Amino acid sequence: MGLFDKFKSLLFGKGDVSEGTQDEKPVASKQEPVASKQEEPVSAKHEAPVTKAEPADMKVEQKPIIQKPKEEKPVADKITVGHVHMSGCTGCLVSLADNYEGLLTILDKYADLVYCLTLADVRHIPEMDVALVEGSVCLNDECSMEEILETRERAKIVVALGGCACYGNTTRFCRGGQQNQPQHEAFLPIGDLIKVDVYIPACAPTPQQIRNVCLMAYLLLKGNDEQKALATAYLTPLMNLAAAGTEACGCDLMTEVINQGLCCGCGSCAAACTVRAITMQYGRPQVERDLCIKCGACYAQCPRSFFSFDVCGQYESITNLIGEVMKP
Amino acid sequence: MEYLGQYKAVYKAKAGCEDILSKAQDGGIVTAMFAYALETGIIDGAIVAGPGEEAYKPEPMIATTVDELLAARGTKYSISPNMALIKEATRSYGLDKIGIVGTPCQIQAVRKAQLYPIGMRDVPDKIALALGIFCMENFPYQGLYQMVEDHCATKIDNVTKMDIGKGKFSVYTERGVNAQIPLKVTHKYEQPGCHVCLDYVANLADISTGSVGTPDGWSTVFVRSAAGEAAFNKAVDAGWIIAESMDGVKPGLELVTKLATEKITKNQKYIEHRAHAEHEALKPLRNPYI
Ligand SMILES: Cc1cc2nc3c(=O)[nH]c(=O)nc-3n(C[C@H](O)[C@H](O)[C@H](O)COP(=O)(O)OP(=O)(O)OC[C@H]3O[C@@H](n4cnc5c(N)ncnc54)[C@H](O)[C@@H]3O)c2cc1C
Ligand code: SF4
Ligand code: SF4
Ligand code: SF4
Repeated sequence: MGLFDKFKSLLFGKGDVSEGTQDEKPVASKQEPVASKQEEPVSAKHEAPVTKAEPADMKVEQKPIIQKPKEEKPVADKITVGHVHMSGCTGCLVSLADNYEGLLTILDKYADLVYCLTLADVRHIPEMDVALVEGSVCLNDECSMEEILETRERAKIVVALGGCACYGNTTRFCRGGQQNQPQHEAFLPIGDLIKVDVYIPACAPTPQQIRNVCLMAYLLLKGNDEQKALATAYLTPLMNLAAAGTEACGCDLMTEVINQGLCCGCGSCAAACTVRAITMQYGRPQVERDLCIKCGACYAQCPRSFFSFDVCGQYESITNLIGEVMKP
Repeated sequence: MEYLGQYKAVYKAKAGCEDILSKAQDGGIVTAMFAYALETGIIDGAIVAGPGEEAYKPEPMIATTVDELLAARGTKYSISPNMALIKEATRSYGLDKIGIVGTPCQIQAVRKAQLYPIGMRDVPDKIALALGIFCMENFPYQGLYQMVEDHCATKIDNVTKMDIGKGKFSVYTERGVNAQIPLKVTHKYEQPGCHVCLDYVANLADISTGSVGTPDGWSTVFVRSAAGEAAFNKAVDAGWIIAESMDGVKPGLELVTKLATEKITKNQKYIEHRAHAEHEALKPLRNPYI
């Protein structure tokens, strides 16, 4: 519909609210062909990353793009993103990195990574637009308790990244008694300690879902009203999950779907489960509850947990759009 | 148009090949499209409802040959959780371009998995062709069994085809039509989750097909997405599918629209009813549609 088409032109004509600006990307890339851009990377400003799509200079460009000095700021208005590592396994961060060159595109055009102990040398949690928080919180570790509080205070949007941050996941099974901190026994999902805005469930969360949330957060914070509307429509279900609570289990399929008369027997839940705890029997999920690690993927993926006709009905244009904005 | 989703074109169509048509449910569109797509590399495998251990109890399977596709022909009026294989198709099967056939709810699940891939790593980019089949309602296997064995007094192992049309549920055996019951009798066996379903003609598929609207042996086909259009046109050019205009076809789109409207209106009412607004003492039931 209009919203999404507009969004497309708006994204390329960054920050421009008027609807008439159709001469976004395709034209821009023709105007600044192969030669001009290599010579004047600084003046290329807004269009710089976009013009890169020219196949002719792909090879030449690849290195310069990666090594591009920070000051250049090809996009004036990037959001700031931090990765906060609580009691997690870093698998969520690996998932972000598994966007491969897509991660470079995100860092190039849409987001600066201002904090991430695994990848950068910033020691203390800074102010940031979006905090991607992975892992749950150990109540018996003072430092962790401080960090989760600081994260909330310094981040505009707090995203619980992955099953542990959202729902506790495997740390639900912790009960202490191990060297050399046998008293470290109580772990809570971050939503039990601070207000969380967005959930990205699953163990591990998928690279594609993290990418989509990053792009939508960018629009939410840097876009105009229409872009915000799109981002809100997209993020709403993930915000609703965050508002709904911090407990997840394969049992949710029973309590929230089958018991509610909503299951259609599609099998998505069985596909989503990382540990193959779900089999389909006579068209209904059968959960091996002792295998379940409480990651929340099955319920969140189920088309009868949430389904937005507005967003899913536009799958074709949104998919094309994501493909386009993710071009290096 | 609203009730039928967005589409680029609609046809009366059938497979160009007798081998496919011999045991297809209707025009053999699903099997012909997948066979063509497999042969030409548009897909490298398709998730279909294969034969299961019990008669007419479908089992999702990944077909990577035309023979496997042929074995999956025909409608099984029971739940085949085709989405259960969507991730596995990209893993041990190593598929890059997946075809999947499904009822409207399953196609919705495909699109949700593409836009919100929560437990579906690498699935979004690997869906190459999603074929939707029209669906008024589905039945749990025990319900279907009851309908056939009890109401139709027919051994389910002997059934060669089942069909819903013109207000009747019919079972055919080798000797022809064996029994027919009015659909009214089957209502209580419907899958409860179907009563909140707001899609009749698989609005979100690349191509959707069903029997309603066209004469026996033909299918009604909506070509919807760019991917669906490209694949369908090529299949027609290559002779795998015979497509004709819907103009003047009886009962045509009029009947499709009527049934779609009935289904969606009825289920919309049921969803509203689930909110229990009229009963202060009753809490609302959950509504998945935000
Ligand atoms: C439960 C159900 C209800 C239906 N209701 C209607 C209706 O109200 N109106 C209408 O016009 N058409 C309806 N259909 C569709 C119709 O019966 C045919 O499936 C469709 O026309 C395709 O026929 P074909 O000859 O092109 O397919 P074929 O070439 O015969 O292939 C059929 C394909 O459908 C797949 N399939 C069979 N059973 C299932 C299942 N249970 N779940 C998922 N995939 C399956 C098979 O794997 C096969 O690939 C319904 C189908 C089902 C499964
Ligand atoms: S059943 Fe599987 S997907 Fe669902 S919560 Fe448990 S581990 Fe996660
Ligand atoms: S994902 Fe599909 S099969 Fe699983 S609970 Fe949800 S509707 Fe039922
Ligand atoms: S009626 Fe809807 S929910 Fe039921 S099987 Fe058909 S598409 Fe799925």
